[in-house]
Parts: sequence; structure tokens; C-alpha cells
Amino acid sequence: MLRFILRRLLQMVGVVVVLSLLVFLWLRSLPGGTVSAILGEKATPARRAALEKALGLDQPLYVQYWQFLKRAVQGQFGSSTGVQPGVDAMQVFVQRFPATLELSFFALLFAIAAGIPLGYMAARRRTSWFDNLSVVGSLIGVAVPVFFLAFLLKYWFAINLHWLPVSGRQDPSLDATRVTGFFVLDGLLTREYDAAWDALKHLILPSLALATIPFAVIFRITRASVLDVMDEDYVRTAESKGLTNKVIRGRHILRNALLPVVTTIGLQTGGLLVGAVLTERVFSWGGIGEAVAVAFTRRDYAVLQVCILMAAITFVVINLLVDIAYAVIDPRVRTR
Amino acid sequence: MKLTRRTTPVVLATTLALTLTACAQSDRGSGSGSSSGGDTKDTITFGAAGAPELFDPFYATDGETFRVTRQMMEGLVGIKPGTADIEPELATSWEASADGKEWTFKLREGVKFWDGEAFNAAAVCYNFERMFDQNEVAQGGPAGYWADVMGSFKTDAANALYQGCTAKDDMTAVIKILRPTSKFPTALSLDSFSMQSPKALKDGDANNVTKQGEGFGYPAYSKNPVGTGPYKLDKYDEANKTVTLVRNDAYWGEKAKTAKLVFKIIPDESTRRQELEAGSIDGYDLPNPADWKGLKDAGNDVLVRPAFNILYMGLNPAKNPKLKDLKVRQALYYALNREQLVKTQLPEGATVATQFVPETIKGYNKDLQPYAYDKAKAMSLLKEAGAEGMSLTFAYPSEVSRPYMPDPQKIYEALRTDLEAVGIKVNVVTKPWNGGYLDTVDNGGYDAWLLGWTGDYNSPDNFIGTFFGSLKTNDFHTSATSYGAQLSKDLEAADAIVDEGQRTAAYEKLNKTIMEDDLPGLAISHSPPALVVSKKLKGLVASPLTAETFSSVTVSK
Repeated sequence: MLRFILRRLLQMVGVVVVLSLLVFLWLRSLPGGTVSAILGEKATPARRAALEKALGLDQPLYVQYWQFLKRAVQGQFGSSTGVQPGVDAMQVFVQRFPATLELSFFALLFAIAAGIPLGYMAARRRTSWFDNLSVVGSLIGVAVPVFFLAFLLKYWFAINLHWLPVSGRQDPSLDATRVTGFFVLDGLLTREYDAAWDALKHLILPSLALATIPFAVIFRITRASVLDVMDEDYVRTAESKGLTNKVIRGRHILRNALLPVVTTIGLQTGGLLVGAVLTERVFSWGGIGEAVAVAFTRRDYAVLQVCILMAAITFVVINLLVDIAYAVIDPRVRTR
Repeated sequence: MKLTRRTTPVVLATTLALTLTACAQSDRGSGSGSSSGGDTKDTITFGAAGAPELFDPFYATDGETFRVTRQMMEGLVGIKPGTADIEPELATSWEASADGKEWTFKLREGVKFWDGEAFNAAAVCYNFERMFDQNEVAQGGPAGYWADVMGSFKTDAANALYQGCTAKDDMTAVIKILRPTSKFPTALSLDSFSMQSPKALKDGDANNVTKQGEGFGYPAYSKNPVGTGPYKLDKYDEANKTVTLVRNDAYWGEKAKTAKLVFKIIPDESTRRQELEAGSIDGYDLPNPADWKGLKDAGNDVLVRPAFNILYMGLNPAKNPKLKDLKVRQALYYALNREQLVKTQLPEGATVATQFVPETIKGYNKDLQPYAYDKAKAMSLLKEAGAEGMSLTFAYPSEVSRPYMPDPQKIYEALRTDLEAVGIKVNVVTKPWNGGYLDTVDNGGYDAWLLGWTGDYNSPDNFIGTFFGSLKTNDFHTSATSYGAQLSKDLEAADAIVDEGQRTAAYEKLNKTIMEDDLPGLAISHSPPALVVSKKLKGLVASPLTAETFSSVTVSK
């Protein structure tokens, strides 16, 4: 097992180096650039040249990349120019990552907590009105664009009913203490329960919006998988042996049916990072997604490079965790 | 206690949680939540579109930073609320020598920086010397407004507009400049030239700007600035994207009416609008003109700023030689139905431009009439010039909205239809604002393009000087025309006239020449940008320079 993990981590290093070169070249081949973003219509050729020189963008590409690698090895990734100018890109990432993790965690929680039980129930009551309704519901979940759903949610729950806040992560007037950057956890740790509660309220709408697609996918995979497993011989055997319904459901159906679901959840986590770009923007959620969106329009090379590389690393690590989870759930994988 | 396999994780998690709790102490101030009595709130919450870059305005060039620092910092020269005109701020009066090269500023008595340091002539000179003495990195980018106004830095002292500062006595500072210019003293109202505490600047190593990769690194001072204004920085909560300012109780003037001022950073425009509707912010900047009516109907106040900008259609005679003929340029101008454009595509209060400067600028020529929409005249001019059916590569930017150009595509479509109506073959080109558009304009890649400008301070030089001044490098490529060199010379001469009355007259004449004899480009329109605030917010005065201050603002409960 350990060797397996090590090998995967080594692969990751290779992936990151190759990806860093690709990202580096791709960003610089985009039209426009940092200089135009900073100067806007105030750009004169003289100002342009001075700024390019000051930023080192007048150097040949291979020199720039070499400089980038040299700094990166020392843990310096360059200052942000658009998202949080003057702050090292890695620091921008570290500061914002908890926000994205917090949002993704709650979104995934919603998706799993609703997707698996509903999928299971739909499969058990196949072709009933409940089944049909949930299938249609999950289709809508996939089909409705995040920004539209976000608009509806905000319109109803925030503007009309005033139950929940429109955007942001916390009411600034609470003046909450920061410890880990996970606002709910921070509130609990520092016993500022009002701050934790406020952060939780801010989380509900964006995580619902972000959860729809993974929910729909998890729901459908669970349903299909349970249907498959229900027809298996060992289920029929268990039934004929006279095992209780509880044992059959728990040990024979659900446990076996969950294997593909776990893989899906792993893949969906990667998708969450993509969905976060849109969701964070419309909910003004100060996470990686918003940073990437702002960095892209402002051509903030340093932040884009770090965010894309770290997202790739996160993706690889999640896949590794999924494989490990697989081994825990399915003993057959362990022996191999 | 014997640990079983099942209990181990639980025990570990509990230990971890306890450890974390032990080192996580609430450091919340006891003052939070305390609200003043009466019927006004103790906090103003304003929606900002972007994060401030830093809090030392000297190294900033963007509006989001200045919106914050303007509440905390003051300059020698201030701006009269609601206008583009200057008024005394930290200097109570000023006077120029006969040759316009020596400026004497009488300073305000009894002003202190937040750190208790006295504001005096020595502090003024320290500030100017600090701004003048920048390292190579800061010169290239962050010290942008100094580079714009003063030309160069201490490393190239002979060519800098700024030639030194002396303290004549404790409360009188004298600033010497290289040549007389219309920029003085009006450009000193720029936020970048705010006065900051010499001691804090020194202690925070304020000039230590470094290059970090392809960005800039700023010294500690930029996070913890010290000024003289009605508000001071409380904290910038980056994780929650809010900047909180608190009242400076030692302020020399009238104290801020509301104790706290919070800027909540919300990049998405429709989200800002929703926040206002939900009542969680009291106002925001630059509402989309299409939303103005809806916002008013919902019971908000739309505060329209007097327009201090220009939208123009740039023309490049170096790229399309037909444009070298004045008749062709005039024909294009007559072909445009700008009355209609202003009525249908621009926010209310927008006007047809008669010249390249807005009305609020000294030197605006009131006698100039707009080129009226005249299709027949346009066609006959084209015929005379032998340019019937000429083709024109005309570009507009996408993925952007500017105060002078809320919806570029719609404006473009209207202009294009007008041009095609007189038989011009328009090649439509569009690129994202920062996806090649600005670069191509600067490289002279289009025959014609849409762009504009928002003024920084009240001097015509800031508009027409920038557009047509530097002969070799300006966007209009006037070096390829017969009049370009003369125009550039005339602009320089007008800028150097010491007497304000004579200077204004010279600029009025120049504006006439530019529009009637030269016509380097087509001035289209001026559009007023706006702010929107809830009915509960009172006392905010819209500024043409977007230099609104919040110290007189109250929000009722």
C-alpha cells in the first residue's frame, strides 16, 4: 500500500512540472496581458515599456520560465498583480483555499446526504411516482445553469424572505476572530457561536447552488448501482436464506452498490473546483474560484499559475484518497 | 485507557479539537456591537467592485484603492465637493512666482497625523522628497501618477518637473518646478500625492518596493499607513473581503458623522444590486445605466456625477492613408447621428461632444457647435476627396464596460450603421478589452476604434495633452499628418502659460483648431457615471472626479 502511495506521489511531481510549463506558455500566448490590465486606457507606449521592463515581461520566454522555476523551488511564486496585488501568489492561494474547501465540503455534504438515500429509495421503488419525480428532479439539477439557480435562490431566500444573506462569507460587523480560515470551524473554536452561525447561514445558498450537479450525478449512479446489485445472485441467496431486511440492505446491497458511487464522488470533487469558479463569483465568495476568474480577466499570471497547479495537485490527491477509500470498502482490492 | 481500533479516531479528533481550542482565543473587541443611540446607524457599508491594491496611495493607480485612501488621506490641495475645481485642504493658500516656477504653500495650523506627528513644512518636504526618490522598480510601475505628472524621478532629476522643496518657515513650504505648467497646483489634488506621516514612512520602510516574480512586493508601511484624514484604517479582512475604517477622533476639521465605514468587496455587479435590495449594503458604485430606472423605482437614489470623460472614435492616418484627408475625416463625422446615439444608447445626462474636453474643464470652448448629422454633406465630402465607398477597419472592445462607454457593442452598432449609410465599407473587428484590444490600439493596428478617457484632474492638458501631445507616440498617430507637429508644439506652449486667464484663452483657441482645422479623431460624447445609494443614506455628494468622501454621510436606521 505504502509503495503504491509513494509511486502515485512521484507521478504527481512529473505531472506538476509538465503542467507548469504548459500553463506558463499558455498564459503568455493569450492576447492582452498584465500591462494592459494595469494601465487600461491610460497606457501610452512609454508607460507600457517601463512597466514591462519593471515586471520583467520584456525578457525572452525561456528566461522568464527559468526564473519562475528557480523561484518556485525556493517557495516564491511571484506577487499577484490583479487579485491581491503585492501578495505572493502562494499566499493568496493559501489564504483563499479554506474558503473553497469549506464551500465544497458543504456542497458535497448536501450532495451525498441527499443523493445516496434518495437514489437508494428511488431504486427500491422503481417506476413509482417517487422514482419518476426524483429522476426528473435530478435531470433539472444537471441542466439548470449555476448562475440562474443562484439568482433564483438569492431572489427568494435573501431578497424576498430575508432568511439568508445574499453573498459573502460573514457579516463584517461581527468582527470575528480568524484561526484556520474555515469560518464555521473558527467560530466553534473561539466559542464565537454567533460568528459560526452567521458563517453557516452564508454557506447555505452557495453550497446548495454548487451541490446540484454532484447531487444529480450521485443520485443517478446510486440508483443505477442499487438496481444492478438488487438483481445479483447473492442478494437472492441472502433473501432465500431468510436474512433480515436490515442485513440484506446494509451489508449486501448498499455496501456493494456504493463502490461506483465512491469513484463518482471522487471525480465530482474535481468537478466541484470547476463549479466553484461560477458559484463563488455570483456569491462573492472569496475562494480560489473567484480568484481564478479575477486573475484571468486581469492576466494575473502568478495567481493563475499557482491556482491551476494547486488545483491539479488537489485533483491527484483526491483521486489517491478515492483509491484508498476503495480499498477500505472493497476487500478484494486490498488483497491485490 | 485501552484504545480500541474503533475509539482511536474519536480520541485523536477530540485531542486535536481541544488543542486547537486551547490556542484559539477570541480576540474580538468589546466595542463591537455597541451602537450609538439616536436614529442613525454607527456603520456605513458600501459595496466596492474590487479589492484595494494597498493603502499607500502613492503606489496606486486604480479607483478602488483611491476610494478607500481618500477617506484617510489628504493632500495640500483638495477638491471642492461636487465639482472638479480645487480648494484648500492641508494648504490654506498658495501663490506662484511671476515665472510660475516657484510655488509657495501656506499650511494649515493644528493638523496632526494619527500617530501624533505634527503636520508642517518639514513633513511636506519629506513627503515630496520621498515621492521623488524612487527605486527603479517603483519608477516602472507603482509610482505611476508621479511619472505621469512629474515626468521623471531623482535618478533623472534634471528632466523632472519637480525641482525641490524647501521649508521657508515652519508653516510655509516652497516647491520649485522646472517649467510653468497648467498641472500646477491642480495635479496636487491627486490622491497619490497625499501627505503621510514622515515618521511612519521612515519606520515602515515605505519606499522599499521590490520585484517579486512578475509582480511587485510592497513594504509593511503599505498595509499600515498614517495620514491626517477623517477616517483611519481599522483592518483589512482579506478572507472576508472587507475593509473597515474607523473615525479619527483627533481630526482637525469636522469629525466624521458615522463611526465606522465598511467597504465590502463584491466583484459581480448583479450581486451588488441584490445586496442593496436586501439592505445589507447602503450603496455601490457604477450601477449599470440599464438598471438606473429599476433602482430608482425600488426606492433608491441614483446620484449622477457630472461627466468628466470623453468617448471618441480614434482614427489612424498611418494605417489608412485616406484618413490623411481632412475632408474624409469630416465626412465620417457628419455621417454620425450622435443625437440619436446619446438618446438611445447612453445614460440620461449624456451629451454630444463638441470637443475633446468635457464642459467642466477650464479651457472648454463654449462657442463650438457639434458637427451636425448631415448625410448629404458627408457623401459630397467623400466624393470631393475621391473616397466614395472607401473601406474602414473599425474596431470595438468586448468584455468591458467603461464609464464613458457602458455598452461598447451597442454604441458601435449605431455608429457602424451610420457609416454604412454613406457608403463606407466597414470591416467589423472586435477583441476583448484585455484580450488584445488595448494592445492593438497602442500598436496602431486599426484604422478606427472606440476608446475614451476619464480625467484625473482639472486641466485640459490631462485630456488633449495626453491625446495629441507626444508626437512620436500618441495613439492618433498625428506624426503621420501635416498638422501633428504644430499641434503638439501649440499644446506644449499653452500648458506653459503662467497667467490662468491667458492660458484658458489659449486652450479655448486650441480646442477650436483641433475640431475645425485638424480633426485628429472624432469626439463622440460625454456620459455621466453614477452611484446608487439607499434612501436611508444621506450626505453623499457625487463627484465628477469620483472623489466622494464619506465623512458627512449618515445612514438612518
